[in-house]
Amino acid sequence: MKVTFPHMGTIDLVLSDLFDRTGLEYIIPPRTSERTLQLGLRYSPEFACLPLKITLGNFIEALEAGADTLLMAGGVGPCRFGYYAEVQKCILKEAGYDFDMIILEPPAMGWKLFIDTLRLLAPGKSIRQIWRIIKTGFRKARAIDELEKYVLKYRAYEVKRGDMTKAYKKALEIIKPAITDEEITEAREEAFSILEGVEKDLGRPCLKVGIIGEFYLLLEPFANFGIEEYLGNMGISLERSVYLSDWISPSSKNLIMGISDQEVAQAARPYLNHFVGGEGLPSVGHTVIYAKEGFDGVIHLFPFTCMPDTIAKSILPKVSRDYDIPVISFVIDEQTGRAGLITRLEAFIDLLASRRKQKSKLHKEHDVLVNPRFGVDVTLSNSERGLA
Amino acid sequence: MNATVGIPQALLFYKYYPLWETFLKELGVDIVVSNPTTKKIVNSGTSLAENELCLPVKIFFGHLVDLKDRVDAIFVPRVVSVERGTYTCPKFLGLPDLARSLDTQLPKILDPVFNSRLGRKRFYESIFDFGKQFTKSKFRIWRAWMAGVSAQKAYQKKLLAGATPIEAIADEQVSTNNGDLKIGLAGHPYNVHDPYINLNLIKKLKKWGVSVATEEMIPPKILEHEANRLPKRLFWSYEREVVGAAFHWMRNKSVDGIIYILSFACGQDSLIQVLLESEAKKRKSVPLMSLVIDEHSGEAGMITRVEAFIDMLRWRAV
Repeated sequence: MKVTFPHMGTIDLVLSDLFDRTGLEYIIPPRTSERTLQLGLRYSPEFACLPLKITLGNFIEALEAGADTLLMAGGVGPCRFGYYAEVQKCILKEAGYDFDMIILEPPAMGWKLFIDTLRLLAPGKSIRQIWRIIKTGFRKARAIDELEKYVLKYRAYEVKRGDMTKAYKKALEIIKPAITDEEITEAREEAFSILEGVEKDLGRPCLKVGIIGEFYLLLEPFANFGIEEYLGNMGISLERSVYLSDWISPSSKNLIMGISDQEVAQAARPYLNHFVGGEGLPSVGHTVIYAKEGFDGVIHLFPFTCMPDTIAKSILPKVSRDYDIPVISFVIDEQTGRAGLITRLEAFIDLLASRRKQKSKLHKEHDVLVNPRFGVDVTLSNSERGLA
Repeated sequence: MNATVGIPQALLFYKYYPLWETFLKELGVDIVVSNPTTKKIVNSGTSLAENELCLPVKIFFGHLVDLKDRVDAIFVPRVVSVERGTYTCPKFLGLPDLARSLDTQLPKILDPVFNSRLGRKRFYESIFDFGKQFTKSKFRIWRAWMAGVSAQKAYQKKLLAGATPIEAIADEQVSTNNGDLKIGLAGHPYNVHDPYINLNLIKKLKKWGVSVATEEMIPPKILEHEANRLPKRLFWSYEREVVGAAFHWMRNKSVDGIIYILSFACGQDSLIQVLLESEAKKRKSVPLMSLVIDEHSGEAGMITRVEAFIDMLRWRAV
């Protein structure tokens, strides 16, 4: 059995680590590329959202590379994601591929099913051992997320452009081989010291922007054209509403992001009084929270036809008016081009900068120094889409 | 004078109107139903709505605008779940909030929560909570609800007997339904039964000598049973009915062909389409055509496609 799984941000680090522990053979599909997307598009239903199409492409590329078992998460709705595994199975079988599929359904579908699936993924291990493996896996996933959070926030302040990105890559390399709890703690410290060692100018007045929206688009740099790195390089400090380990974890505390589901729902209540699946409610709630915390603006990303975030998009203009915070929504599908997205993003950032300028004039503060490298380097990535 | 409450003739109207109407009337309000969908309604809805929303929701907004100057309040329930362990569409979960966030002045929005996931007790509690706005008497609320339920049962009986929702609500004569061909119309009731959305497809089919079957004519038990043949239980109630109906027709071949009406950018339809098409391919029993509709659908294009489909079915029958 050679297990494979779709890419989503740093999930390959987390899952390969888990499989190393359970002793399962696995194949990491080639990093998501234009080819992945094209393969996925060939078989996907037209109105399915981009995540289904891209992950289908991941599966096809992994099957080509010799995988025979696909691992996908399930769900209980109302977001469509919960049925994606079934549909992908149906599509790939019809396309003539031969494989098994393991669908990890949440415990809400029944504990027995959940535990049986875990046993499949960890052959010969006892429940207690599986529990330990998961716990350590989470510890590592959280460490990786903490690094990411730090990078998002401080990339804007680096003195020499690109330093933080380089340091982040190095930090991930350090944390990758850590196995035991002690090693993880040690690697985490070392990784952080690398990030903290990057020369920063913390006095620089940077714009602060929140990124919200659908989890896959937020987590997968290919799908969001690497806009986090791009914005960071423009000199914008970022905070994001979703992190991988928060998203996987059944707890509602959101340890990395730091705001619990309940608080988010509370913030969203005047505008959206019921959860609508996916990130619909969090998108509205986080916008309110970011506005209250004095962020300069909010960027909302979601795939075309995504039901929950389409609802959020309909409601956000009202939040934006009430709290006087600029919000821009990007609806992304396979037709979206990077250049168009960047143009609109730049215009949005210009708007935020001039608003900040107005405000600082009123308060006689320092003039804001926004995107010191603005307009110098638009093509930061080597490829048209996402990371090099 | 009683307060007037408007009910938009869109979305779940086709499923629950008799229940809502009777319930509200018994609570002592007058009901105003919005006009049937027209071009004007569609335009006012689409100009207010977010681009990415599906056509039925945009049209729903149009109906809100149609009602807004004529009523004291508009009834936009939050239908979260109608049976245990399932949901409805996410857009129904957020419908009252969507309505409130529209950039137009609307009257008060009444949004009772219907949620069967939390058990019977919580379900009735939310009904009592809603009824309290009209009467203090719990007994009266209960009686109003029960009257609604029995009206709904009578309505469903009429549907089973072959009436379309519009005929059943208006208590009209059931239109003749005998052609040489029989086509099953699968899809959400608000797409299948709103003549404006689907460009009057049912009437056209009947004119062409085709009799029409819809999911409402199949007993719920059979729908349930057929939908359970999917490897994983679908977690949307209304989509289970769509799948159940299509699977039923494919299995017992009681229709000559199936037309599946789906709205552009509908989340669930995009997945259901895959499931239906793959089942149709596997069974090779009944031809299936998917018809995607949006606000730009042209009548000529639709007629051409449906006529070609009917011709093909007639050739098959020879």
